Amino acid sequence: MRRATGYPRGMPNVVAGRQVSPRKGKEDDMTDMRASDLPAEAGFGDYVALLKPRVMSLVVFTALVGLLSAPVAVHPMVALAGILFIALGAGASGALNMWWDADIDALMRRTRNRPVPAGRVAPREALAIGLALSGIAVVMLGLAANLLAAGLLAFTIFFYAVIYSMWLKRATPQNIVIGGAAGAFPPMIGWAVATGGVSVESLFMFALIFMWTPPHFWSLALFTKSDYADAGVPMLTVTHGRRVTRAHVLAYTLALAPLAVAGAVTGIGGPLYLAVSVALNLWFVAGAVRIWRRTEAQAEADGYRAEKRLFRFSLYYLFLHFAAILAEAALKPHGMGGW
Amino acid sequence: MAIRAEHELHRRRLGRNLGVGLTLLVFILVMFGLTVAKVSQLGKVDGFAHAPPGAVGR
Repeated sequence: MRRATGYPRGMPNVVAGRQVSPRKGKEDDMTDMRASDLPAEAGFGDYVALLKPRVMSLVVFTALVGLLSAPVAVHPMVALAGILFIALGAGASGALNMWWDADIDALMRRTRNRPVPAGRVAPREALAIGLALSGIAVVMLGLAANLLAAGLLAFTIFFYAVIYSMWLKRATPQNIVIGGAAGAFPPMIGWAVATGGVSVESLFMFALIFMWTPPHFWSLALFTKSDYADAGVPMLTVTHGRRVTRAHVLAYTLALAPLAVAGAVTGIGGPLYLAVSVALNLWFVAGAVRIWRRTEAQAEADGYRAEKRLFRFSLYYLFLHFAAILAEAALKPHGMGGW
Repeated sequence: MAIRAEHELHRRRLGRNLGVGLTLLVFILVMFGLTVAKVSQLGKVDGFAHAPPGAVGR
């Protein structure tokens, strides 16, 4: 049940770090008021933070690769607008996620300073911004590019805000696995902006991010242990323990490696992609085996060094795979990219 | 007498207003650019569409 304040369930009535009491009698309203007594007003940066700019940067990059690796030339202005509205849609889903998750964000160190739990942006405002930007992004992408791209963007927002945030995140330790699909759509949307369709290549880019997400997030969860437990989010480390999580990271990495390398034989792959992918996957599998072999005592002894290293490497892993796809596309006009 | 005292709140509001203004400006520029791109992709517009049937080419 939502409170009158519009805060999601479990969310304390806190504005700018102060406990807000219910309205008292009229005489209280007549007392002097100072500006410092007013609820904190959000600055422009708070609204930007609401859109999760770091996630947005990954979305922009993968969507751009999807768009530029497509075998169809796109007018630069249409491409720019397409990427902009995909990014806006991603930001909108971020705002909806922050609105819904404000109660658990307030409990986790990593997220308690976000605009909604910190009281700088009211939950209703976050909801309104999320919904308005979703509408603008989808309609504008439909007008700028095509209906398929707009439909995929609408589904991505729905998937992230409703399927992942509202349902899976608090329901199952497999939340990351299924929820990872939301982050995997952007290159598919970029491809759809250019071609107006779906192909093996765009499905491959989707699968690459989809399979990469679990080992990426679970390696993060291995060294941010107290946060998810405090918030009651059923992260695999909380529900099944670290030993099982380490095994899951290895299993997903072993499944990811052949898929990632197989991308070399699709229309967006080539010798350069093959070389980069083989090197990255050997490294990733070696890192996953290393953390699988480690005991908790060993990990604690060196401050989760191997786990942190694998997490950092996973970021480079995805970036370099997409950079290789982009390089293959850039080399093609010069007769060098592809097979 | 005009109130001259400036609170931190005013600075934050100014920053917010400037941010929103700039965002709207970017949106207008994107819309304009997109319109130009879309119209230029339409090809030649028939300039004689308003002429009576059979009048063109006479």
